[in-house]
Amino acid sequence: MICRIKNSILMKRKKSQSEMENILKQFKPEKKELIHILHKVQSEQGFISPSAIFEISKYLRISEGEVYGVLTFYNAFTLEPKGKHTLTICMGTACHVRGAPAVLDEFSRQLDITAGQTTEDKYFTLETVNCVGACALGPIAITDGHYHGHVTTKEVKKIIDEVKEEKGKNRK
Amino acid sequence: MEKADRKRLNKLRANIIDSRDKEKTCITICGGTGCHAYGCVEIAQGFEDEIKSQKLSDKIDVRVTGCHGFCERGPIVVIQPEGFFYQRVESKDIKDIISETALGKKVLPRLLYKDPQTGEEIQKEKHVPFYKKQERIIFGRNGFIDPTDIKDYIALDGYKAVSKALFEMQPEGIISEVKKSGLRGRGGGGFLTGKKWEICRSSESSRKYIICNADEGDPGAYMDRSLLEGNPHSIIEGMIIGAYAIGASEGYIYVRLEYPLAVQNITLALEQAHEHGLLGKSILESGFDFNIHVFKGAGAFVSGEETSLMSSIEGRRAFPRQRPPYPADKGLWGKPTNINNVETWANVPLIIDKGADWYSQIGTETSKGTKIFSLVGKINNTGLVEVPMGMTLREIIYDIGGGIKEGKKFKAVQTGGPSGGCIPADMLDQPIDFDTLTRAGSIMGSGGMIVMDEENCMVDVARYFLKFTQEESCGKCVPCRVGTKQMVDILTRITEGKGDKKDIQRLQDLAETVKSGSLCGLGQTAPNPVLTTLRYFMNEYKAHIEQKSCPSLSCKDLIVYHIDPEKCVGCLLCKKNCPVDAISGERKEVHIIDQDLCIKCGACLDVCPEKVSAVSKHTGKEKERILKQHRKKKTEQ
Ligand SMILES: Cc1cc2nc3c(=O)[nH]c(=O)nc-3n(C[C@H](O)[C@H](O)[C@H](O)COP(=O)(O)O)c2cc1C
Ligand code: FES
Repeated sequence: MICRIKNSILMKRKKSQSEMENILKQFKPEKKELIHILHKVQSEQGFISPSAIFEISKYLRISEGEVYGVLTFYNAFTLEPKGKHTLTICMGTACHVRGAPAVLDEFSRQLDITAGQTTEDKYFTLETVNCVGACALGPIAITDGHYHGHVTTKEVKKIIDEVKEEKGKNRK
Repeated sequence: MEKADRKRLNKLRANIIDSRDKEKTCITICGGTGCHAYGCVEIAQGFEDEIKSQKLSDKIDVRVTGCHGFCERGPIVVIQPEGFFYQRVESKDIKDIISETALGKKVLPRLLYKDPQTGEEIQKEKHVPFYKKQERIIFGRNGFIDPTDIKDYIALDGYKAVSKALFEMQPEGIISEVKKSGLRGRGGGGFLTGKKWEICRSSESSRKYIICNADEGDPGAYMDRSLLEGNPHSIIEGMIIGAYAIGASEGYIYVRLEYPLAVQNITLALEQAHEHGLLGKSILESGFDFNIHVFKGAGAFVSGEETSLMSSIEGRRAFPRQRPPYPADKGLWGKPTNINNVETWANVPLIIDKGADWYSQIGTETSKGTKIFSLVGKINNTGLVEVPMGMTLREIIYDIGGGIKEGKKFKAVQTGGPSGGCIPADMLDQPIDFDTLTRAGSIMGSGGMIVMDEENCMVDVARYFLKFTQEESCGKCVPCRVGTKQMVDILTRITEGKGDKKDIQRLQDLAETVKSGSLCGLGQTAPNPVLTTLRYFMNEYKAHIEQKSCPSLSCKDLIVYHIDPEKCVGCLLCKKNCPVDAISGERKEVHIIDQDLCIKCGACLDVCPEKVSAVSKHTGKEKERILKQHRKKKTEQ
């Protein structure tokens, strides 16, 4: 029994190792590739796992601490997996003066999480961003890459429901 | 594809122009980010499908172009060659546009822009007041170019300046032309571009780099994005000329992570430039080699600072470093490097093509050319505007921007982003250039122009920016890391009504320390939003501190919502919409807000019908009176 569990853990590790190898071999083993590699891992695996950090450090021949230092410096990389859907609220100046804080508060209240957190069912992650370059339409909310402009607190529920309905659609 | 030399490029241009029927109708759809958000992709697809199914391809072309700038009115459709301008176009309008305008050459009045002042319907783009006062030498071509097709750019005299530079000019000549033009960097500092090139050229090294800074960190500004997305070849062309003048063999474009479409378009443009022999080995057979790489940023404001940016390209944390040595001596991987902003690069081909004398006619004594501003916030016509340097704020805000939303009163305009400041109403007649803005305590910055009205609290705006810089501070030096934190704490305290009289002096002292003691531009300019608001809006700080009131009725902790019993008709609307059930009262009864439960979200105010207008906000003494009354009622119950 124990042997079987051990085997499955080993299998998993092997799988993630080969996934990492596939990613890494697209890059030269040079330190300047670090941020490019992190982008790739983040977009393919959804986060940067401890084993990914280990593999990267081995490949680039730098310390794990250095990889960790760089990845935690930038907002683009996360150490934990995100929820299935990401709701991003713009907190840039143009959106701020048009009432983005109230919109964020309402998302936060409806989902019962604060910015940066993921709901317990791992369905939603609420994030903020400082300007996405659609300032003319502020306040802006982005759901899985889809832009909503001129968002008011009243529309928040509708936006969340729309994302939830997608769930229904996908199931069918 | 055969790589072009100079002659072949000219021939290619002539062929493209010949093969295109100037009279053929072309439906152009704005594909900028704003219009994307409005759903222009579906509309463009709709046009294509409809034209295909009606078999009209030989009569009508469809082109998705870069941003037209008038984002407020998107999706925007312009029908060429007449230039009919349609705004707020929806999918249901597609058939009519094709049959009436594209084929019938008749305008559809319902889609025209109406001048809000005169009510006049305006048919052509160039007559719309928003565009009339602009001088769109850089940005104007966006509307004619499909950024994914290099041919469009070549047809509009694209890459002509490169062939002139490579075959008719010496590097020194290019530099002296750029110097003579008076072009100053558009990334914030306003350093003379030609001068910077000269320093880098004179640095001795076998290897040099140039960089295009497309990190556009100012939250609320998006002109670099629109240039990169809408006319990527103009930036590539500028970079080739710069590289040749400086003697660089490799270039980088550092693009902000949040701009995926920009990364996509510039990457494609680079590939096409390669295919046409405009990048790579021996450009246009001139013997000059040059390559450009795209680097996707990873989300850090400080990486827009030049030394941090280079550190980031090298694969490290985006920490700034002490200057000197300046990048022109020791930049990327220790080699001489020249870095310019996106808009700066886009100016270069124009200067080379039309000459410094032509260029330097535009603008003021010390600031030449045009500047693209991102005019956003509480303004009627939000969008990107390109004006000659020296235009007054009043012209930009009222003539082009159409004034303040909902007829409210103008309070201030914020320029220069987190490094800039707030300019009050009595300075509206200031001509805008690098120097006047600096004298006003703000900066030109990259061109963000955020308009604020009477409902925006200036203390809150200062707190917003300080919070931004504090979060984005890389933490390397103490004044910036600790100083901005202390300033945010004080400002937050003031907006919560917990400020004391000494706080203003504390803010001023801290601002001086952070300004003079910080390592890089981030810290050195971070106090500007505080200093300018203290300078021009001291009364608002005093109201928050002394009367515990927010005159703009904006700071949550200093206001209450109240339902006027005289006006309330008991329609239940606010009660139904209150997210925390803080409102009581039955139908036809006066509704009452439980101040202990109220989270001040403002939903009740939003939904109360205009003709009733029973809900209002109060601050200061009036707020205290309402709260006292509320407490009295509660104890009575
Ligand atoms: C904190 C900070 C952020 C900056 N962000 C940007 C930016 O987003 N884009 C930019 O072009 N310049 C930015 N700059 C200015 C650059 O350091 C540099 O001066 C500029 O890219 C030079 O180009 P120019 O001479 O064409 O203006 C920033 C500077 C600082 C201090
Ligand atoms: S400030 Fe929100 S998109 Fe620019």
